[in-house]
Amino acid sequence: MIIAKLVVRRLAAAVVVLFVLSVITFALLALPEGGPERALLGNRPSTPEVLAAIRAKYLLNEPFLMQYWNWFTHAITGDFGTSITARQPVMTMIGQRFPITATLGFYALVLTVLIGIPAGLAAGLRRGKLVDKTITLVSLVFMSAPAFALALLLLYVFAVALNWFPVYGIGDLNHFTLPAIALALGQAAVLVRQTRAAALDIGGQDYITFARARGLGRSPIWGRYSLRNSALPVLTVAGLIAAGNLTGAVFVEQTFSLPGLGSLLVQAVGQKDIPLVQALVLLGGVVMILANLLVDVAYMIVDPRVRHATAA
Amino acid sequence: MTVTETRSTVRGGRRPKLAGGRLVTTISLAVLAIIVLVALTGHWMAPYDPTAQDVKLGSTSPSGAHWLGTDALGRDVLSRLMVATRIALLAPVLIALGTTVIGTSLGLLAGYRRGWPDAILMRLTDLMYALPGLLILIVIVGVAGSSYAVAIIALIVLGSPADIRVIRSLAMGQRELAYVDAARTLGLTNRRIMLRHLLPNLAPTVTANLLLSFVYALGALAGLSFLGIGLPAGTADWGLMIQENFKLLHVNPWASVAPAVLITITATAATVLGDAVFERLSAGKSVSQ
Repeated sequence: MIIAKLVVRRLAAAVVVLFVLSVITFALLALPEGGPERALLGNRPSTPEVLAAIRAKYLLNEPFLMQYWNWFTHAITGDFGTSITARQPVMTMIGQRFPITATLGFYALVLTVLIGIPAGLAAGLRRGKLVDKTITLVSLVFMSAPAFALALLLLYVFAVALNWFPVYGIGDLNHFTLPAIALALGQAAVLVRQTRAAALDIGGQDYITFARARGLGRSPIWGRYSLRNSALPVLTVAGLIAAGNLTGAVFVEQTFSLPGLGSLLVQAVGQKDIPLVQALVLLGGVVMILANLLVDVAYMIVDPRVRHATAA
Repeated sequence: MTVTETRSTVRGGRRPKLAGGRLVTTISLAVLAIIVLVALTGHWMAPYDPTAQDVKLGSTSPSGAHWLGTDALGRDVLSRLMVATRIALLAPVLIALGTTVIGTSLGLLAGYRRGWPDAILMRLTDLMYALPGLLILIVIVGVAGSSYAVAIIALIVLGSPADIRVIRSLAMGQRELAYVDAARTLGLTNRRIMLRHLLPNLAPTVTANLLLSFVYALGALAGLSFLGIGLPAGTADWGLMIQENFKLLHVNPWASVAPAVLITITATAATVLGDAVFERLSAGKSVSQ
């Protein structure tokens, strides 16, 4: 019941965010030199008839609000029009590329969690030891370096110099390993820092001391107490990780020539293919909003205290 | 002004203690000093003219004459790298300063005055957190015809919410302390209290924010250049060099690997320094949350 109420409130906020994003996305049409007509014309000859047809189709003679509403009502049903350069429905193009980006994103997310949480716990529970110092320093490097620089360095060392992985293109899962690592390292570093801080905080709590005094071994303490209690601060950065994953994918796909949504976006921006750009940006925004929503709900499920605090 | 607050000293702060401690900090400081020196003098120190082409020579791997080899147009990679340092650092520094000034002043205002400015600012930062900022930036700068100035302004706007949030929450804590009450009782203006009394106490965080913003801007701008957005093609810039020389990975990898390494080193050193400065300054002041 309480959760339902909270979810409704979050949903309302998400609708507002979506609205703002859709206005920004729609306004992109006015950005290129020469205004919306030029943008929608592409490389067709600019005869008066063609221009008139475009004006009629996109209601460009109508007030801005009408134009927006027309675009929005189509967009919400998944109709973003046709790509100016490829002359294909935008959604078809996105559908073709989607599996690649989804595989990359999911693979990276799994790696992020598998690297970030154990490393963070190991550092936090052995505070000040060599393990801690090494992990903290390494995570600092990965946190600071931009994703594309990491991607390039990984590509050079493991694909070109050592020849362990394919240099570019798609195929089996092996083609995704290096890109996924490049994408995951930055996010994992954030997760390491957060998990470590949480573990340090929890390590000082009475119930850990007590558990130790009762003679419990390391693994029950880690598993039952540390892990669960450090879940909250870790969830806090989950939204951040989702956002990093999203933008990081653009750079990583570009570096590894993966034909996913990220490289499609770069290509669309380069060719000023506005309908395609609009669809991709809106899609990215929706993914981020859903991720944040999911985090909020997970927050309430993991920690009963949050449920009760918000209920009161 | 001496303000003592025991809470933070007891907790010891949640920020991770620096890995390796002083050695790492010293190395980072030295690295940054060298990079700044190159940014200032690179134009004179570069062994070759960074724009001089030798198309017949083309791309070569490192040699005695060209320590980092040459790019596809036969230009000396080392010279271009050195000359590019200035532009690679200048814009991120501008962005960091802009972000910190805006973030700190709005954060102070929101946290100290509260009321409607605070409410509006919080809704705005909430909104900006929820939007895919960098994605929107790529699209706007790319579609609007690649203006570097637009990218700089947009990155200042994108970076501010994080600063506003952090400074606001600290200012909210500070305003409840006795010294602020005392200042108010003395009849000092709010502006004076914020700038002369609150701000010095937040100095460690402001400095750390400045360096963090620099790291973010460095990566974001280089990333835009890497996508071919922002700077005009042919400019000597780290990100652009990676983009232009990427296809030479099998001929002269150093042409793209070297700028990537430089970006990584610079960013890491700045992060380490940010942590160190925060710890040094807050050790004396003990402002933490």
